[in-house]
Amino acid sequence: MNSMRPERMVKLAFKNLSQYKLRAGLTMLGIIFGVCSVVAMLSVGEGANREIQEKIQRMGSQNILIKSVKAPTDDTAGSGNRSMVATYGLTYDDAASLSRYVPNLEASTPMKVLRFDVQYKARKMQTDVIATTPWFLRVQNYRMMRGRFLSSADMEFGTPVCVVGSRLARILFAGYDPIGKTLYIDRDAYTVVGVVGDIAQDELASDNELWLDGENQKVYIPLRTYMQKRGDLFTQWSEGGGVFEKIELHELILTIDEQDHVVRAVEAVRRVLKKSHKKEDYSILVPLELIRQARETRRLFNIVLGSIAAISLIVGGIGIMNIMLATVSERTREIGIRRALGATRRDIVFQFLMETLILSISGGVIGLVFGALIPMAITAATDVKTVLTFPAFAVAFSVSVTVSVVFGIYPARRAALMDPIEALRHE
Amino acid sequence: MIVPIVELRKATKEYVNGSLRVTALRGIDLKIDPGEYAVIMGASGSGKSTLLNLLGCLDHLSTGDYLLGGENISMHTDNELSEIRSKCIGFIFQSYNLIPQLNVLENIEVPLFYQGVPESEARVKAEALAERMGLSDRLKHKPMELSGGQQQRVAIARSLVCDPILMLADEPTGNLDSKTGHEILELIDELNAEGKTIVMVTHDDEIAHRARRVIWFRDGEIISNDWNGAPKS
Repeated sequence: MNSMRPERMVKLAFKNLSQYKLRAGLTMLGIIFGVCSVVAMLSVGEGANREIQEKIQRMGSQNILIKSVKAPTDDTAGSGNRSMVATYGLTYDDAASLSRYVPNLEASTPMKVLRFDVQYKARKMQTDVIATTPWFLRVQNYRMMRGRFLSSADMEFGTPVCVVGSRLARILFAGYDPIGKTLYIDRDAYTVVGVVGDIAQDELASDNELWLDGENQKVYIPLRTYMQKRGDLFTQWSEGGGVFEKIELHELILTIDEQDHVVRAVEAVRRVLKKSHKKEDYSILVPLELIRQARETRRLFNIVLGSIAAISLIVGGIGIMNIMLATVSERTREIGIRRALGATRRDIVFQFLMETLILSISGGVIGLVFGALIPMAITAATDVKTVLTFPAFAVAFSVSVTVSVVFGIYPARRAALMDPIEALRHE
Repeated sequence: MIVPIVELRKATKEYVNGSLRVTALRGIDLKIDPGEYAVIMGASGSGKSTLLNLLGCLDHLSTGDYLLGGENISMHTDNELSEIRSKCIGFIFQSYNLIPQLNVLENIEVPLFYQGVPESEARVKAEALAERMGLSDRLKHKPMELSGGQQQRVAIARSLVCDPILMLADEPTGNLDSKTGHEILELIDELNAEGKTIVMVTHDDEIAHRARRVIWFRDGEIISNDWNGAPKS
């Protein structure tokens, strides 16, 4: 069967399109916007998702975080006025019974989180001091940058040593090696034995300082050492002035051996704590659940984004169909001539489909370029993180081309099925 | 025995136009031999355009047979008819029917590309025909930039490019002034003299006199099928 050569088809399509430059441009605009918005939305969505995932992942997907909080209806503190000491939160007994009753428990990391002035020579700043155990490092996935973390010997003997966060080390020690230096924590002397940083934070852009501030300028000391020096009582500055508070443990991180066992372990934790606490003066945070929630949120988000994207792509497709129908009816006579000169129906279908294809591919490519530039501009202008992924490009491009071709089939078929005699008579 | 280029046997053509059934051809028999120059005349609606469309394989017969060069093509599919149009038939229209966005050479080349002829080969053929039609200095012009006579020359060149066995002309001088029309007719005479088989539809008696054969149509039937012999004066 005789048929037109493909390279001629392409040439012909370009020639025909160049006849209607403005029209072709406007048609492409629909696809450009469609592809561009899909890519931009997906990359903003992906950026947000990565950020959330990162934050949650840093808390550890196998961990259960329990924090001491003031119970909502706690009238023993402050207003009660009888007792000057407010006692609440997790206790050592809680830690012991959790260790006994929570299944698949791998590690239990108690923490005291205290706000103190720390001082090296003349430099002084207020920061969080965390009194904890040696395995804190592993549980939190932190990484030593220099020296060592707290050791079991420190734990055993209550040695006055501390490990500092990387940012704090930069600020307080200003270029000097902090290892071996003496750091005063609320007037108690500690020897710096290591500098800790964590991988995730190092990967974050430097303009994310706010986040860095909190995490990388903490000081870690052995729990035993602190207990020997200070005990459980401390002053908390609240709205009524200074009150004594007694909290045995501020935080407890329970590490479960496998992610699959976390849900069961959380149930056990709730049971155990409910039994020993009359008021809910603790909160349980499960990163794994947060991850699940984030995933669920993301799924919804994707559905919404997907529908918007689908609509914009379909609008682009309808634009193509509209223009191609106009083009076909405008060129009815040309179709008749071509048919009389030997074009088969297939030749005519391909001629118009080729024009559609060229419109959609070039529109798609331009859309991809803008779709990549917009998220970059967003990231450059604001703190919003965006991630360009190959699947986003591939999906946006292939869907737009597919949609346009599908919408181009009807006009092309309409052209091909015209009666050549009628078409030739068409004015 | 000479195989006729065109042979119609009891050819009928009916249209259904809404609820109306129109019979355009009523069982006509017609033979046109190679090298003939036949003119079809008749009032509008007499069936002559229908005949031309059928001869040009743009339409199917309702009943009867159409043999083109001895081959019965009554039952051919749309694709097969397309192929026959591109290889065996040359069309010349009253309104030239050039493709406006293509230049002279490209217009002449169109039928070749539907046969898959390579670009360079098509270019050579088109240039030769354009030159023969006296269009050498107009090769890159668009149809809009040409006079009517020139446009018709392009159309004739295009109809010749596939070396067809049958040339069909539908009022080829209808849109031209008499002088230009005369030139076009001379050109057609010339082609006939070279052996091309030509079937032309016209209203014009004078034109009919140039042909050696005039076929008169009325109400879908051939009422006279004369050999003119020499042109009457």
